[in-house]
Amino acid sequence: MSEPSAPGPLLEVEDLAVHFPITQGILVNRTVGHVYAVDGVSLTIEKGETYGLVGESGCGKSTLGRAILKLTEPTRGSVRFDGRDIAGLRGEELRRARRRFQMVFQDPMSSLDPRQSVESLLQEGMKAHGLTGGHARLQELMDAVGLPKGALRRYPHEFSGGQRQRIGIARALCVDPDLIVADEPVSALDVSVQAQVLNLLSRLQAELGLTYLVIAHDLAVVRHVSDRVGVMYLGGLVEEAPAGDLYTDPQHPYTRALMSAVPLPDPEIEDRRERILLTGDLPSPAAPPSGCRFHTRCPWKQPDRCASERPELRQLDGAAAGHRVACHHAEAIRDGRIQPHKVEATAIDDAAGMPVGAPEHAASVNEILGR
Amino acid sequence: MSPLLEVEDLKVAFTRRGEPDSVAVDGVGFDVQPGEIVGLVGESGCGKSVTSLAIMRLLPERGNRVTGSIRMDGDDLLALSDSAMRERRGKDLSMIFQDPLSSLNPVISVGLQVTEVLTRHRGMKKDAARREAADLLDRVGIPDPRRRLDSYPHQLSGGMRQRALIAIALACTPRLLIADEPTTALDVTIQAQILDLLKQLVAETGTALVMITHDLGVVAGLCDRVNVLYGGRIVERAERHELFRTPRHPYTHGLLGSIPRLDGPPGEELAAIRGSVNDNLPWTDACAFAPRCPRKLDACTAGTPPVTENGRLLRCINPVEAS
Repeated sequence: MSEPSAPGPLLEVEDLAVHFPITQGILVNRTVGHVYAVDGVSLTIEKGETYGLVGESGCGKSTLGRAILKLTEPTRGSVRFDGRDIAGLRGEELRRARRRFQMVFQDPMSSLDPRQSVESLLQEGMKAHGLTGGHARLQELMDAVGLPKGALRRYPHEFSGGQRQRIGIARALCVDPDLIVADEPVSALDVSVQAQVLNLLSRLQAELGLTYLVIAHDLAVVRHVSDRVGVMYLGGLVEEAPAGDLYTDPQHPYTRALMSAVPLPDPEIEDRRERILLTGDLPSPAAPPSGCRFHTRCPWKQPDRCASERPELRQLDGAAAGHRVACHHAEAIRDGRIQPHKVEATAIDDAAGMPVGAPEHAASVNEILGR
Repeated sequence: MSPLLEVEDLKVAFTRRGEPDSVAVDGVGFDVQPGEIVGLVGESGCGKSVTSLAIMRLLPERGNRVTGSIRMDGDDLLALSDSAMRERRGKDLSMIFQDPLSSLNPVISVGLQVTEVLTRHRGMKKDAARREAADLLDRVGIPDPRRRLDSYPHQLSGGMRQRALIAIALACTPRLLIADEPTTALDVTIQAQILDLLKQLVAETGTALVMITHDLGVVAGLCDRVNVLYGGRIVERAERHELFRTPRHPYTHGLLGSIPRLDGPPGEELAAIRGSVNDNLPWTDACAFAPRCPRKLDACTAGTPPVTENGRLLRCINPVEAS
C-alpha cells in the first residue's frame, strides 16, 4: 500500500505446477511416482480484488496457495507479484519480499505460538521486517480487528476461536501487506462467529485496500467474499467466473454438480431442487485420469475428446467478461444439445497405473504422503 | 399415534470432584414419531451430541449424572440394565457418527464388522450373514460389494466408509437411527450422496431418524421437525417450513442471517450474531443468549425465560415478530 506499485495486476500466476515425489526405500529413497497436486494453473489477481479458490479436499487449492507464497517450492511455472518474478527469489531477498504477501491459516490455535503474548506475536513479525511496532500501532491493529484493549497482554489460549482468528488476521496485517492469502479462514468457526470474521475481512479490505486470495471448500462462503471465483478439480482450474455469474450460469459440469450439492437453508427451494449427484469419489491425484480430469465422473461425458485431450480454459460466446471454462462441450451442455446420462460408480482401485504405496482413494495429498 | 421415542426433561451434568458441575444438557425434551425425521441443530457446545450419547447410553459410566427419562416402547432406556441396553443397541436403535474412520475398527475387515451385527442380533449363520452383508453394502451404494467385504477401513474413501457405517447401523432395520453430524467430515458432493442415501433408506425402511447437525442447510432439505438448541436447552421447535419461513427466536433468526447463501447477493454484509458462546449466562437466572441478543430487554436477565408452546415451542419473552 505504502509502496509505489507497478501498473498491471498484483499477482500473475502462470502454468504453476507442484508435483510431490512419492518415495520408497530404506537406505536410498527412490522416487516411484508423483502426486500431481497442482498441475498447470494460471490466474491473475487485480489490485484490490478478492479472488476465491474453491474445490473439494485433495483438489490442490491449499498447495496452490502455498506455492504462490513460496511456502512450497513449485515444480514449474512462474509467479509474478507486482511485476516481479518471485518464483526465483531465494534467502534474504525472499524474506524481505514476504512482507508484502501474508497468510491467514485455518486453525489459529496451531498457527499462533502458545507461549507468546499477543503483543510479542505481533512485534516479532514487525521487527523481522524492520518496522517500528509502537504500542499505539498495536492498539490500532487491535481496534481494527475488533479485539478488546487488554488483548495485547494475553495469550492465545485465553481467547475463543473467533477471537484467535482475529489475532491471526492482525498478525498478517501488522507488516502492512498488499496481498493476504487466507486458507480456509472460517471453516473452524461456528456459523454465527464465521459471519463476524467474514464481515471483518471485507471491512478491512475496504479500509486498507487489501487484495485477497481466499481458499475454501465452502462454495457459499467463497462466493460471498469474492469478486471472482476459480473452481479447482484435481490440480487444475475448471472454471473461473465473476462471483455473481457462478450461481446463475455455471458452465462446467463439475461446477454444476458442486452448486447443486450445496444445501440451501430454505426448505421451499430444497424441495424443488434438482440435484446432480456425482457418483464415486475423487480419483487419486497420483494417477489423474487422462484428458479432462473430470471425465471419469462427468454425467455429460462424450466419447470423442473427453478422455484424450485436456481442455484449456476458454471463454464461451455470450458469456460474461472473465467467465472462462475448461470443457470441450460447454456450449452444447449450455444449450441442452447434450443430455446428462447415468454414470456407473466404478471401484477405483487396484495397482493399475497406481504407484505402490499410495492409498487408492486418497482423500488428500497428505494422506498419500502419509503425514 | 404414540411416539417412538420420548425424551423428557433430560439433564446431563459432568461432575468433577472439588469443582461445580458443568451442565451440558439442561432439561431437553422432544419426541420422535415412527418414520419421522427430527433435527437437533445448534453450534458447538450446545449439547446436541451429548443428548444423542445419552439416548444411546454411550456416555462414560463415571463422571456424569444423567436424569430425566428417555422412553422407547414404554420402557425407560435410562432404567434398563446394561445387558438389556446392549440387546437394544444396534437392533432397535443405532447410531452413525461424524468420523467414520474412528468409529470403524481399523484392524478388522469391513465385511466382518457388518456380519458381526447380523450374527449377534439376528442369529444368522456365517455364510448367510456374508451374503446379507454384501447385499447391505450394495444397498448403500458401495460398488463391487463382494470384494469390498475383505477391505479394511483405511482402504476405503471417506464417503465409502460412511456408507459402510450406515450399512452396519441399518443391518437390523432399527426403528430409530441417530445420525450425529454424519456428513460434516465429507466433501459437499459426497455429502449430497450420503444425504440422498439416508433420505431414501429412511423412506424405504420406515426408520425414524434423529439428525444432529450444525448445518441449517442440511436440515432444510431433510427434517420434518427441527429443534434448535442453545446452551443445553431447546430454544425453538417447529415444523421445518414454518421454522425457516418465520424464525421466531432471535438465535434462530440470527443464525439464518449469518449464513452466506449461495443464491443471495454476493458481498452483502452478513447479519452476524455478536459475541460468542463464552458470553453465555446461566439459564437459572437469565436467558443464556441475552448477552448476544439484539432484542434483549431488561427482563431477559431477570429470570429464566418461560416456554410457550403454541404449534411451536419458543423459549423467549421478546421473540421476532411473525411477519
